[in-house]
This record gives sequence, structure tokens and C-alpha cells, in this order.
Amino acid sequence: MPRTPINLPEHIEYLSILNEHAEVDTSLEPALTPENLKTLYRYMLLTRRLDERMLNMQRQGRLSTFAQTFGHEAISLGAAFAINKDDWLVPYYREMAGMLYRGWPPENFLLYWNGFEEGSVAPPGVNDLPFCVPIASQLPHAAGLGLAIKIKKEKKVVLAFFGDGASSEGDCHEAMNFATVLNAPVVFICLNNQYAISVPINHQMKAETIAQKALAYGIDGIRVDGNDILAVYTATKEAVERARNGGGPTLIEALTYRLAPHTTADDPKRYRSEEEVAVWQKREPLIRFKKYLYNKNILSHTEEEKLEAEINLEIKNAVEKAELRAQDKELVDPLHIFDYLYAELTPSLQKQRQELADYLEYKRGSGY
Amino acid sequence: MPEMNMAKAINLALHEAMANDERVIILGEDVGQDEGVFRITEGLFTKYGENRVIDTPLAESAIVGTAIGMAIYGLRPICEIQFAGFDTYNYHQLDSHAARFRNRTRGRLSVPMVMRAPCGGGIRAPEHHSESREAIYAHTPGLKLVMPSGPRNARALLHSAIADPDPVIYYEPKAIYRLFKEEVPEKIETIPIGQARVVREGKDISIISYGACMQAALEAGERLEEKDKISCEIIDLLSLAPLDTDTIIASVKKTGRAVIVHEGPRTCGIAAEVSAQINENALLYLEASVKRVTGYDIPMPYFSKEQFYLPDALKVIIACQNILKDSG
Repeated sequence: MPRTPINLPEHIEYLSILNEHAEVDTSLEPALTPENLKTLYRYMLLTRRLDERMLNMQRQGRLSTFAQTFGHEAISLGAAFAINKDDWLVPYYREMAGMLYRGWPPENFLLYWNGFEEGSVAPPGVNDLPFCVPIASQLPHAAGLGLAIKIKKEKKVVLAFFGDGASSEGDCHEAMNFATVLNAPVVFICLNNQYAISVPINHQMKAETIAQKALAYGIDGIRVDGNDILAVYTATKEAVERARNGGGPTLIEALTYRLAPHTTADDPKRYRSEEEVAVWQKREPLIRFKKYLYNKNILSHTEEEKLEAEINLEIKNAVEKAELRAQDKELVDPLHIFDYLYAELTPSLQKQRQELADYLEYKRGSGY
Repeated sequence: MPEMNMAKAINLALHEAMANDERVIILGEDVGQDEGVFRITEGLFTKYGENRVIDTPLAESAIVGTAIGMAIYGLRPICEIQFAGFDTYNYHQLDSHAARFRNRTRGRLSVPMVMRAPCGGGIRAPEHHSESREAIYAHTPGLKLVMPSGPRNARALLHSAIADPDPVIYYEPKAIYRLFKEEVPEKIETIPIGQARVVREGKDISIISYGACMQAALEAGERLEEKDKISCEIIDLLSLAPLDTDTIIASVKKTGRAVIVHEGPRTCGIAAEVSAQINENALLYLEASVKRVTGYDIPMPYFSKEQFYLPDALKVIIACQNILKDSG
């Protein structure tokens, strides 16, 4: 009955391939073609510009409160680039980059943040779940999707995203343990942006990393530079291959910083310094990736300008489309609030639907 | 004391409670330095520090569970759940433990805690930020549940909730946080939990409501009086558990007609219980069947259509006119 150390696997790696000065570790550089890299840049830029347009619209009163994606583009995009079209993506609400790449139209995000359920509808052929607001509650669904894939003996994988705040929720722990015990092909990706609204990561947990929590579940964990799309892609690709081949889940912690407020309703000046933000501003993912492409002669000024113009037009069209759809009879009809709750409208809901219809008719003709 | 809005009145009650009783502790997400996402805990962290105003990790179940432990130990925790839409995470702790410790231990242990949460719609917020789940708590034996409808009663009810020896859910209708101001007296007031208030006397019909829907009830009452010469008695329930059935029954015995208004879903909602009480205690006084003006039996729609889901004055007016028509 001795008292001896238990030898646990205790290596947790940190992966950075492209640093904030756009210096690249060529020994770790993933084998991506110039076309691949251009695609990544395109979606990173589209996301950034769409996010900026959304902020303008919000200030003009054309969009309601929304959660910006600014600075988080590399994570969901780099990860989504490492899976196949028929795999699944389970977001929380800062994965616009990966979702745009997966085929979600930009207008969906405009509709979603303007209070239309239609924004939550994935286009045909896209398997992803919609945004999920109650923190961490999407993660057990990811475990379930993964388990279903395993039961059906398919070779697909699930990418599940959550934030650093979510790591404190029971659902997060439960989902990772379930996925591990049941050997479901799920890759858990934590966007550690170091703030849960006002609460900094060092008040959220006393562990040094989120990645090390993987050890407690008995799975692989890695921390990557979440502003380095090459690192995110590389780590996700490894994890996806392991999951696809029956190796079970991985926990990837993508370290970044929430440069924007939590949502447009938040005021970060109340709880953090602008100096702190300025430090991380320089590390944001788009600047370094653009430099990297220039250094590799994959991108030129002419091409960049052309791309900006294309994206500008794409966003303009998306805004027009979203604003048109927001006046569409199908979308504005109040009676449709009843129609999708069950596969079939229950008799009681049928009555309530009629009650609302009568009320609306009365209202139109009344002096009130 | 100056006029103030409901957000400020709740904040005032928290300041008073913290100053008067060092057992009072506030805990929740973003309640400290950020002073709450609706600024309800303004000034408290600066004044009382992190030992009494605790920014917790993000876990609603643990916030309530921890408050239970603190309450058992003799403190008076007030926890804030950031939005009522997220309080299903901690419902388990409330139902399984906060509501039961006294009964389970035959009175040896008790849980004098308050759970505050902004509830209800009307502020164009994203999904899960507009729920009205009060009926679930009213349906949970062992919990008390109050909902203010304005600054003055908000302050008084919060003091009553904090002083109560049992767990109290204090639901804050966020649509009226800053809707209007009211004079709040110098002296701390309380309102006995379980006591409704007749806010306007009338003889033709009783309009029974609470929280943000009091706005629709009052507006409907005024318009019916002016336009249709219908005299409305308006009751603000204030406490949803326990319910003040005496006030409800006395009113219905007088008017013979009742409309109950709330924004939570209809089936098994607060109005269903009020209606059952009327049936059990005042059936023979009724001139017409009781009507409910409530949210529909659907989740709160995304906000582009929340206005259609929510009760409004016109819905209340239509219900009242129909009752009057039915009873001739």
C-alpha cells in the first residue's frame, strides 16, 4: 500500500504555425494548394466584411443586437476546411466563417439576427445544426450525432464548437464524457476568446488551459493559436482523421481574443482595458494570413482588390435579399408562428391560430 | 425620495438589503464589475467587493446549487440568472433541493434564498431571452414566486423576498425595467408574499394580471371605461405562489366576470389556476365563463413576430367585450 505517483499521460501541446508577424514554420506548414489557400482567404475576408456590414446595419437600426465574429474567423473556417461536405458542424454563435464556407448563405445570418427563424434553416445539402444560444447545450447533441454515425457504421465526423465560458457548464463536461465513453466521432473545439461577457478566463477556471481537461476524459487535447488558420486546420485535420478511424473524440482549444464586445449590447470598457485589446488586435487572424499569401505570391494587390469588389457585391446582394425576404408574405405572416411546432398542428393550436387570425382581422377594422 | 424606474428601484432594494444585513450575498454571471447585463447590480461590487458580490463561472445550476448551500449555512444569497430563458439549467436545483430541504429535514434545514431573473418578451432579444416560465415555478411545491409590475412594488417585493424564510423566485419583467418612473417612499416597504392588490376598483368585470401585462390590463381598463362605459376592476397578483385567492374571489363575486391576462403560454399557466379557483369558489356568481388572454402554446417566436404572441390592450378589450356580450 504505497503512496506513489500515478503516471498519467500529461503532455498537452501548443501548436502555432503562422505567427503574428506572418512568419511560418515550414516544417509544420500543411499541404494546402494555392487554390485552397485562396479559398480560405476568400471566406475569411467575406466573414470579416459581412461582420463589418452587420455592425453598420445594427447602428443604422437595420439589424438587432448581434454577436460579432470579428477575430474568430480562423477557428471555425480552419476547422470546417478539414471536414467533408457530408460531415456535421455544430456551432454555438461565432462560427459564421465556417458556416459561410459550408454553404450557409450570408442572408441567413442577417435574418437570424433580425428575429426570423428562417435564418436558422440550413440550405439543402448542408448538415449543420443552427446557432445555439443556451451556453454549451449544443454539445450533447454533437455527442448524439456522433453516436448515431457510429451506430450506422458511417465514416462521418462531427465538429462541435463552444466557448471558454461554456467549459464551466455541466453540459460541456457531460457531452465530452459521453462522446469519449461511447467512442463517438466528435471533435470538440473550444473558441477560447478569454471572456464570457465580462468574466475573464482566469476567473472562469483555475486550470492553465482548457486543452488539459482532455486528460481527465482520457482523450487527446491540444491548444492551438486560434488566430493561426494553418494551426487550426492542421490540428483539426489530425483530430478528424483519428475520429473517422474510430479513435474517438479530441479536444482542441483554439486560443484567441474577443476583440469585439460580447454582443452589440455589451460595453467592454466596463471590465477591460483598451491596452489589453490593442495587444491582441495585432494578433488577429486576417492580417497575418494575408501577409502569408503575399509572401508566397499567392495573392497580389490586383487580385485582392478584385476579391474585395466581389465580396462587396456579394454582401450587397445578400443584404438586399435578406431585406426583401424579411417582407416576404411567408416570413411576415404572424399565423406561421404556430405552423412548425409539431409535425401536425394540434386541435388546440388550430384554435389558437384561428383566435390570432380573428384578432388580426378585428384589429384592422377596429378603431383601437 | 425621487421618482425612479423599476431597474433603479430593484437596485435600490439590493443596496438597502446589503447595507442592512451582512448575510446578504449576491452571486451570478456578470453581476460584479459589469454590474449585470441590465445594470441591476450597479454600484454594489464597488461598495461591497468580491466577497459579497460574486462573479461566478458560467453555470446556472451551480449558481443556484451554491446559493442553496450558502442559505443552509445561514447566509441570505440572492442569485441572478442572467435571463429567465436559461433558468431551466438550474430548475433541477430549485425543484429537487431548494424547494425540499425544509420538508426533507422536517424543518431542521431551510433555504432562505432569492433567485432573480429578468423574464418576458418585448425587447427584441434573440431566442431564449424572452421566456415567461413562471407557471413552472408556481407548479413546484416549496417555492414562492413573485413578479413586480412597477418601481414601488418591485422594491417592496424584493425586500419581502429577501426576508422570507423560504426560497423565492423573483421574476423581473424586463420590458418595463425602464418604461416608467414612480415615486418610491423614503421608508423601506414590504408587501406580504401572497397578497394581491386591487389597483383599480370597478363593478362590471375583473381583469386579473401581473408583471408587464399590467400595462395592457390598465390600458384596456381605461379604454373600456371611456369608450364602452364598462367599469373594470383591475387586480395585480404580485405573488403567483402562493396566490391570493381571497382577493380574486371577492372581486369576481362583485363583478361576476373575469379575464386573466399573462404572457406565458396558456395551457397549465397561471390563468388556468386562477380560473380553477374561480370555478371552485365563485361559480354561482359568474355571469359568463372566464376568459384567458395569454401567450399561445408555442415557444416565444423569434422577435420579428413576438408582438403577435404577446397580449396587448386590444386582446384584453376583445375578451372583455365578448364576456359582456355573453352575459347580456
